[in-house]
Amino acid sequence: MSIEVIKPGLASSIQDKGREGKYHLGIPPSGGMDQRSLIAANLLLGNPEGAAVIECALMGPELRFNEARKVAACGAEMTPRVNGEAKPLNEVFEVPAGATLSFDFVKAGARLYLAIEGGIDVPERLGSRSTYTLGSLGGLNGRNLQAGDVLHILPAHGGATLGHCLPDSLVPAFSKHYQLRVVPGLYAHRLVPESHARFYEEDWSVASEADRIGYRMKGGTRLSFVEREPPFGAGDDPSNIVDACYPIGSIQVPSGSEPIILHRDAVSGGGYAMIGTVISADMDIVGQIQPHQKVRFVAVTLEDALAARTRYQQDLEQLRQMP
Amino acid sequence: MSNEMTATTRYSQAGDEFLFVELNEEMTLEAFFRSISITQRLRDMALPGIIEICPANASYQVRYNPDVISAGQLQETLEGLGRDVAAQQVRTLETRVIEVPVLYNDPWTHETLMRFRDHHQDPSGTDLEYAARINGYDSVDAFIEAHSATPWFVSMVGFVAGLPFMYQMVPRERQIQVPKYLRPRTDTPKQTVGIGGCFSVIYSVRGAGGYQMFGVTPMPIYDPAGDQLHIDDSMIFFRPGDIVKHRAIDREEYDALLSAAEKGDFKPRVVSFTFDLDAFSQDPDGYARRVKEVLYEH
Repeated sequence: MSIEVIKPGLASSIQDKGREGKYHLGIPPSGGMDQRSLIAANLLLGNPEGAAVIECALMGPELRFNEARKVAACGAEMTPRVNGEAKPLNEVFEVPAGATLSFDFVKAGARLYLAIEGGIDVPERLGSRSTYTLGSLGGLNGRNLQAGDVLHILPAHGGATLGHCLPDSLVPAFSKHYQLRVVPGLYAHRLVPESHARFYEEDWSVASEADRIGYRMKGGTRLSFVEREPPFGAGDDPSNIVDACYPIGSIQVPSGSEPIILHRDAVSGGGYAMIGTVISADMDIVGQIQPHQKVRFVAVTLEDALAARTRYQQDLEQLRQMP
Repeated sequence: MSNEMTATTRYSQAGDEFLFVELNEEMTLEAFFRSISITQRLRDMALPGIIEICPANASYQVRYNPDVISAGQLQETLEGLGRDVAAQQVRTLETRVIEVPVLYNDPWTHETLMRFRDHHQDPSGTDLEYAARINGYDSVDAFIEAHSATPWFVSMVGFVAGLPFMYQMVPRERQIQVPKYLRPRTDTPKQTVGIGGCFSVIYSVRGAGGYQMFGVTPMPIYDPAGDQLHIDDSMIFFRPGDIVKHRAIDREEYDALLSAAEKGDFKPRVVSFTFDLDAFSQDPDGYARRVKEVLYEH
């Protein structure tokens, strides 16, 4: 069974739960930016929750199925259409042999996860099928989908049930104004205290440079740094540090303007001061924010972050317990 | 070394999955040595719940699963390793010396740097001319000699897959230093050799970059396709702790080495080596000669 890519969409790539253990060599985790939606789409179909799916950003692809196969789409609100006929999100439906699956413009959220019964059959590279485009690694030839690509699909397991859907309580709610919880730290002490406080008191808006590597933010007041003699090897800009590792979710502030939240295709290190880290439970949300939407950062403690992590895991557990 | 006496290790929680540890605010060989010693020991412990162990220049970070090991337990472990490394006076490192052939002043980085002249401090010259001048060398050739004559320590691998950050093994007053471009370029040729701050790098993939560009190496250092004999299953050639010696080559040799690399048959010169921090600190120039002898005595 295979699927032909007629139109690739804006930035569609094959993703799973990502790879671990190679960040010290500069290879980031990759994987679906909204893991919860990726897992939900797989579980609806009875796939292993980490099967490879297509992550579709803002504008979905157009795909032709050469055989009939059941699919499920979760995440951003982009109505799926089979030969033009609307199909539901968050529910198993079938694409008949020879039919075309396409998607409407995104209404809310930013990334949709299209799971296919059986999962996409690309080789595992360093333990994952996820695409890491900067390193030309994983997925289909290490890059986003292109017109003319053919995706091979693993055999159907027969465990998918037409009409099986997510309960309303597990369907994500999207917004135009998000709160992201951040544990302050790292090089936050380099900021003038009033400037640091203001970072959490203003709305920021997502710039057009928002992708799997990172989300750039605009619109807030430029951050100011405490004056200093630059440490040897750091560089002269007040925002420079001796090149260090970047945690996933860390917020760096090159030159104090336009903070960047690093996501799952992060550059693994560099020389810009980071001032805090988005908590793991909110990283899925980042992946669903559209350019120009508003964000307010909320400072929390590590204990708050761990409590949110527990709630996030309870949500995942509910997905796994779906009948 | 006085700065090492006053440097205090700083632990910072980065969200709920990362612990970031700064060993020194400034770059020193001592801090790097502690980073690599502590992270190697942590790797050897194979503790449950430790996901990523990433040494960097003068810091390191650990990704962990807080459901398995708490932030407090992890920090205690790292503090203990820090004390062990200090108490045992770990002064040696089992590593490799690697020769990296470089075509300096090559046509491809030249073409690229000319395209981005408006991003540069000195639009009228080249990156090499600029770097030579501000480091007090009277010619580009003298600068190339300074870059290629001394060994460099791989102090961090990252930014993008497999990119080595290298720290020059000479007394601080002789280290080459150049600022990064005023604004980053959107393009850098694959396997470009360049410098930003005090770090020399080799760009593993084509892409954005802000370091001054001096040349290219024909040696593949990242192998996502898995067809290079000298690169193992990790796809990455360099490891933190490797010692690199650049060697200037001409176009003819470059073309020959590149053609071998294209067949997956590049044979780098690599020699096992025990680095001794005290011996190096006492006589950096003599140690550089020793590294060169080790590399070429076989």
